[in-house]
Amino acid sequence: MAIYIEMPKLSDTMTEGTLLKWLKKEGDKVETGDVVAEVETDKATMEMEAFDDGILHKHLVEPGAKVAIGAKIALLLQKGEKAPADGEAIPESPKTVASKADTTAPPPTQTKASATPAATASSARVKVSPLAKKIAASKGVELSGISGTGPGGRIVAKDVEGAKPGAAKSAAAGPAAIPATPAGEGDQRLPLSGMRRVIAERLLASKTTIPHFYLTIEVDAGPLMKARAELNAAMEAAGGLKFTVNDFILKAVVSAAVKVPAVNASFDGDAIIQYGNVNLSVAIAVEDGLVTPVIRGAQKKSLREISEGVKDFAARARAKKLKPEEYAGGTITVSNLGSYGIETFSAIINPPQSLIISVGAIVKKPVVNAADQIVVGQRMSIGLSADHRVVDGAVGAQYLSELRKLIENPTLMLL
Amino acid sequence: MANYDLIVIGAGPAGYVAAIKAAQLGKRVACVEKERGGGTCNNWGCIPTKALLKNAEMYHAMTHRAAEFGFKIEGLSYDWGAIIKRSRVVSDKGAAGVDFLFKKNKIDSIKGDASMDKAGEVKVMGAEGKVETHTAKHILIATGCVTRPLPGLEFNGKTVIGSKEALQLPAQPKSIVIIGAGAIGVEFAYFFNAFGTKVTIVEMLPNLLPIEDTEVSQALEKSFAKQGITALLGHKTTKTDVSDQGVKITVADPKGAEKVLEADMVLVAIGIQPLLPGGALKFDLDRGYLKTSDRYQTSVPGVFAAGDIIGPPWLAHVASFEAVQAVEGMFVPGFKPKKVTIFPGCTYCHPQVASIGLTERAAKEAGKKFKVGKFPFMASGKARAIGESEGFVKLIVGEPHGEILGAHIIGPEATEMIAELGLAITLEATWEEIEATIHAHPTLSEAVKEAAEIAAGHAIHV
Repeated sequence: MAIYIEMPKLSDTMTEGTLLKWLKKEGDKVETGDVVAEVETDKATMEMEAFDDGILHKHLVEPGAKVAIGAKIALLLQKGEKAPADGEAIPESPKTVASKADTTAPPPTQTKASATPAATASSARVKVSPLAKKIAASKGVELSGISGTGPGGRIVAKDVEGAKPGAAKSAAAGPAAIPATPAGEGDQRLPLSGMRRVIAERLLASKTTIPHFYLTIEVDAGPLMKARAELNAAMEAAGGLKFTVNDFILKAVVSAAVKVPAVNASFDGDAIIQYGNVNLSVAIAVEDGLVTPVIRGAQKKSLREISEGVKDFAARARAKKLKPEEYAGGTITVSNLGSYGIETFSAIINPPQSLIISVGAIVKKPVVNAADQIVVGQRMSIGLSADHRVVDGAVGAQYLSELRKLIENPTLMLL
Repeated sequence: MANYDLIVIGAGPAGYVAAIKAAQLGKRVACVEKERGGGTCNNWGCIPTKALLKNAEMYHAMTHRAAEFGFKIEGLSYDWGAIIKRSRVVSDKGAAGVDFLFKKNKIDSIKGDASMDKAGEVKVMGAEGKVETHTAKHILIATGCVTRPLPGLEFNGKTVIGSKEALQLPAQPKSIVIIGAGAIGVEFAYFFNAFGTKVTIVEMLPNLLPIEDTEVSQALEKSFAKQGITALLGHKTTKTDVSDQGVKITVADPKGAEKVLEADMVLVAIGIQPLLPGGALKFDLDRGYLKTSDRYQTSVPGVFAAGDIIGPPWLAHVASFEAVQAVEGMFVPGFKPKKVTIFPGCTYCHPQVASIGLTERAAKEAGKKFKVGKFPFMASGKARAIGESEGFVKLIVGEPHGEILGAHIIGPEATEMIAELGLAITLEATWEEIEATIHAHPTLSEAVKEAAEIAAGHAIHV
């Protein structure tokens, strides 16, 4: 039976994938589990596996093409079978391929390839008037983001007329709400990568829907630097890995969250979800954006396990080899710009989390010590951005004070 | 003296509907009315005129179109008194229906003249002059309107009449001048003309039904001319001479040239005026009508108003809508009453006229981008089959999205057909949904679909 291979949904936020490279040529024999092609999603480069046996009769898309989820990308025939004529019906195969990493992915929700997905591309039924639907389509407004004022919450024309174009989640409409300055000579229009689009959407949603508040403390990094030097000297003698300052901060962030569990939570409409595990998202800059892979159950991990985890993530993130599930399910994020010389900053919360810790550089500064003497101190600024719906100022302050205690007494982290 | 949750003053389409709605919401309600239930609509407007117009249509068809349909009618005559009586009986039944609904909903129906000296209190003077005072946290004024006289031409009940008298004339006039070419004027013009009265309409504005789409007005003017009705458009009444035997009305054309119209009587149909309840309580008014807030509250807290008394459009269906909105606003927590923005308007002469939304000239004035789709009944199989191929359906369709900005129908059953377009506008349907709806064949309503297709530029049948 002839089977079309379709673009699979390889991550939760994926709406389209770029076919990077065909690994099976036309005419190649394909067995279930064979890697057919490499696909770049919004998050990573993934290998696409075949779910059926057959001969790869024809590539339907060229390498480099962006393809919507569910669109046909190749035709698989059985031995001796003829290709169907154009338009001939082929029984739908709910899932012909899946990635190695994501064998439990739901079947694609979009079954038609569409160059310009309609503004109503989301699968959930949206109650909307025909006129509102047309206005939304012409303005590029995503209907699922609009609350209707008509009977039964139906979206009517005036709801859409007021909506800003680009509140859109669809692949067609970009998230930019304010028109850019018209391009002049020498300017370039750079199409959004999948990653850039996800960053734009998620951070816009975060900054516009989460009531952020910010706290900052300055901690004495001296003890931490001393502990790190001693540990690294010992490790080096044993030929093992070296700990970074960030490894200690990550460990401290996790331990403090165990002490103040209220920060390890999410706002969920009519409830707050309090997480049992601290799943630590670590912001890692990559070539054209950033990723936030997750160290799961970080409260059960040693400094060494955390350190090794981060190094592995960083290497694979830069090679775009992270798997979708490695991004999912974080509960707290740490962003460290210390290595760039940034002293303080306020990060944007990584939704649906409630807390992000921004770590600055360690700077030598004059400080007044307990004996009222001015001495050279090693100071580090630590910022906290929290969702006020979940975390109140006092809770955030309590959390930062726990964090200070740990960083200034690094041996406590070993407990 | 009794205390209520709501006292409604007036039992017309606003008042009786408000009373029933409140009673259904479990409230203790009284409705004060000095005449009988049903208001102008049931007693002196919508309903009895429709009864008379049915007679007129039948008689006109028998006298003018019998041969066309293959009938030979000899010795046809009519009994004027019986025609009037039939109309009154229809009205009586409606009034009895309101009484029945009041009983069924346990509403205290209080006969008498209501007045208000302060908020929360209604004084009712009964037939024998006995005054009772009732109290209520909420009061709804739905006293409506009465016919507006033309200054210098006072009603005398015999040769200078309003619509109420026109409905129950003891004898048919040989000639009548009708001042005003709104819905009331043209309906009576059709009625009297159908029975052979010589009818002259005098209208200051340049068209019959001046608020309708100009093309519709022009089509009606042609049809009326064919029927033998004289319409003096753009004419002003300059002098009047009234006696018990008849009237002499001097009118001037747009250039000022005068002529004298002699007739048995003159019907003044230039509009209506508000009828406020009496008493010391004062309200903010707008051109004589009660001013109301978004929640239908007057300037006096606790006193609400709905229907003709809060101003135009003076339509029974608008009044009932407002009444329900006002009452739900009073008693349903969180309910946000809606004001009337879009409503159908119907005139039941022959050919009928019905419209909703913007006319073409209003759409132009509003600077809308639009297309027009106009389908003539001449091209409708059903219209030809029933011998009613006069008129058209005209849709004003917005661009670029195709919403229905306005719909104008002149022709057979226009007043029934407008409902589909009201629904389309309420649901924000566009021409595409109208086109995508299968309309039964053969029906007159197919013309609506055809008009939508014409607006979209792909008509089948023209």
